[in-house]
Amino acid sequence: MNQWKNFSKGFFKENAVFTLLLGMCPTLGVTSSAINGLGMGLATTFVLIMANLVVSLVKDFIPDKVRIPAFIVIIATFVTIVEMVMQAYVPALFDALGLFIPLIVVNCVVLGRAEAFASKNNVGSSIIDGAGMGLGFTMALVMLGSIRELLGSGFLFGLPVYPEEYGMLVFVLAPGAFIALGYLIAIINRFKRA
Amino acid sequence: MGKSASTLPAMVLTLLIITAVAGTSLGFIYKLTQTPIAEAAVLKQQEAIRMVVPEFDNDPASEMYELTSEEGFTLKVFPAKKDGQCIAAAIESVSNRGFGGEVKIMVGLQPNGTIIDYQILEHKETPGLGTKMVDWFKPVAAGAEEKSRNAFFDKLFGIKAAEGDGGENGQSILGKNPGQINMTVKQDGGDVDAITAATITSRAFLHAVAVAYTTFTHNTDCESGATKIEEAPTREGAEQ
Repeated sequence: MNQWKNFSKGFFKENAVFTLLLGMCPTLGVTSSAINGLGMGLATTFVLIMANLVVSLVKDFIPDKVRIPAFIVIIATFVTIVEMVMQAYVPALFDALGLFIPLIVVNCVVLGRAEAFASKNNVGSSIIDGAGMGLGFTMALVMLGSIRELLGSGFLFGLPVYPEEYGMLVFVLAPGAFIALGYLIAIINRFKRA
Repeated sequence: MGKSASTLPAMVLTLLIITAVAGTSLGFIYKLTQTPIAEAAVLKQQEAIRMVVPEFDNDPASEMYELTSEEGFTLKVFPAKKDGQCIAAAIESVSNRGFGGEVKIMVGLQPNGTIIDYQILEHKETPGLGTKMVDWFKPVAAGAEEKSRNAFFDKLFGIKAAEGDGGENGQSILGKNPGQINMTVKQDGGDVDAITAATITSRAFLHAVAVAYTTFTHNTDCESGATKIEEAPTREGAEQ
């Protein structure tokens, strides 16, 4: 397979958030600011790459019937590593994302790629697929986070753009996440058809 | 390449190996990150203490003692001393009345109970609403610049500047003594402006401050314990 295609499909054609609609829980939950989206996206990217790498390495040794539990254990291991490392070296980000880090384990994107791609392809392609999917996921989260932060509180990446009083609070809260995501997907679908 | 067959021994063995490797590597990483995690927590605590009390020359963490509030919370008191004299105390207080659970704060009190400053340590309040408590209850310091910009936007959107409060706002609790003012939100008949659209968080925050104040002033003389502070704070003291 063309490796560039393999990498770039995660951004647009098979974007986890906009096209596959996978991993909605962290997408809606953490994107109240762009920086949270970025942190969550990068953490997920790391887990995706590592899980894809290991799964593609051991895929031949895992009997079919127990492959899902095996994948989950592998994913959970990497998530726990990310969690402990973040807590140790970037406590501020850990405080902000806290609850959502363990939830990467059940993020469908990660298990989905392990099952649909890594368990059928070689190591190189799997790493590239993980990186592309992860960065595409990050991009989607940053886009959504930026929009919500800008409309909701007048900040962008923590920098003030306009006074907070004029922000639409709803965008920082859960309903705003659904509204913003809905419009984003609509716009992207429009471009896809063109 | 042929896959391993799904026989019981193969499945059991595979899962055993995978979980064993996972467990071992996690244990290893845990050992590796244990110290930095503990250090980060201590650093955060010291930073918070330094933020809420005036300059000190002792080690508040080593002189820390615990008090139990009327509701049964355990509060940690970090006395700050200069030249051997207790000038203030940083108190780690908590309220379980938050919108999303516990609100944990570090509040600096003078020996008479006047609030010096505070820091939010832990909370699960709504981002963008309850999270404003981080600086809501502090005086608007960098006001000048912000005001001119707001004036521009006010004009742009045709909004009249809010009259009234001006100057001294009702939000700030710094330099105030909970013994003298009513430390509850205005909705409850108190003297403090609640955070817009986050009254519950405001209540929880003020509750945590009030718990720190009552427990501290009723149980201790800053140094160790026992004696109760009787002297009323002077106006000058409250102004600092």
